[in-house]
Amino acid sequence: MCTVCGCGQAAIEKDAQGRHHHGHNHDHHHDYGGGIGGVHVPGMDEARIVEVERNILSENDRLAAVNRAYLAERKAFALNLVSSPGAGKTTLLTRTITDTKDRWPIAVIEGDQQTSFDAERIRETGVPAVQVNTGKGCHLDAHMVGHALETLAPAEGGLVFIENVGNLVCPAAFDLGEAHKVVVLSVTEGADKPLKYPDMFHAADLMVLNKIDLLPHVGFDVELCIEFARRIHPDLEVLPLSATSGEGLAAWYDWISAGARPA
Amino acid sequence: MHEMSLCESMLRIIEDEAKRQEFSKVRIVHLEVGALGHVEPEAIRFCFKAVTHGTIAEDAELEILCPPGQAWCMTCSTTVEVSARYDPCPRCGGHQLQVTGGNELRIKDLEVD
Repeated sequence: MCTVCGCGQAAIEKDAQGRHHHGHNHDHHHDYGGGIGGVHVPGMDEARIVEVERNILSENDRLAAVNRAYLAERKAFALNLVSSPGAGKTTLLTRTITDTKDRWPIAVIEGDQQTSFDAERIRETGVPAVQVNTGKGCHLDAHMVGHALETLAPAEGGLVFIENVGNLVCPAAFDLGEAHKVVVLSVTEGADKPLKYPDMFHAADLMVLNKIDLLPHVGFDVELCIEFARRIHPDLEVLPLSATSGEGLAAWYDWISAGARPA
Repeated sequence: MHEMSLCESMLRIIEDEAKRQEFSKVRIVHLEVGALGHVEPEAIRFCFKAVTHGTIAEDAELEILCPPGQAWCMTCSTTVEVSARYDPCPRCGGHQLQVTGGNELRIKDLEVD
């Protein structure tokens, strides 16, 4: 049984906010017979309003806070990579690992609906990886990541890359406990994607513009794309690079280095 | 479709509150979904029906309130209303906006038996 999230248990008894709850609600009324059913039952309310005021994502956010505390304890720096399918997240990751695994310990959580292909690609680089299959799910949530972190047990002062399910919509809403969401957009996609999928570009702190080696072959307007992204998120950082040719990668490693804490 | 997992979270909250506040049937759920939130109200309705089948919230009516999007314009130094994240400031036309409201995704209250 998990003592953090309660999975394997019938119910979680504690309130996420640790709020104090009364045995009764304060909104009850006693206007018998005036309710929906129109039935008079002395001493009883037919229908009543109970206050809830709870954020639907509160349970996810609570587990994300647990993950964040776990990572902070280990001085580990976690990045949540999000993009549409095919933007090059896994290629960027394998290249980043190959180039920098001597600088810091790295561990990877791979999210996909099915298969463990990506985790296998990562393990080939010599770092530990855990594959999370979401089944029909379209995103990773803090619960899945919490258990993946337990399995991985990331090293002190290391990097944790979380490669989310390829999807520019759903992963935007779910905090996993990461330091930053990094959105990867490739130049083979439309420059207007930041406007089409604004939630994700709002949630991310960095936009990696990948596959810039292909710019001579595609009609992608880099300046326009950055302008669109900053309409959504005025102080969004942008790093144009190519995980294949290596152009721009030094700036990406500097960005990681600035965020990662010394072991 | 993340609305499905959000509806599962809603149901967990409702069942939790049912124990805490002692009710056995939900008639109406008042839900706040901000105009700039991550969800589509129609998708929520569809998923809520599917997820609540056979539960205390089966056949409950979903009343969705949509608080408007609000942002702080750094150029005008004032709060303005926006309907989408890519909207410019209605006063100055700029995009130096920090969203301050309209992200809500919350169960406000329930009408229960």
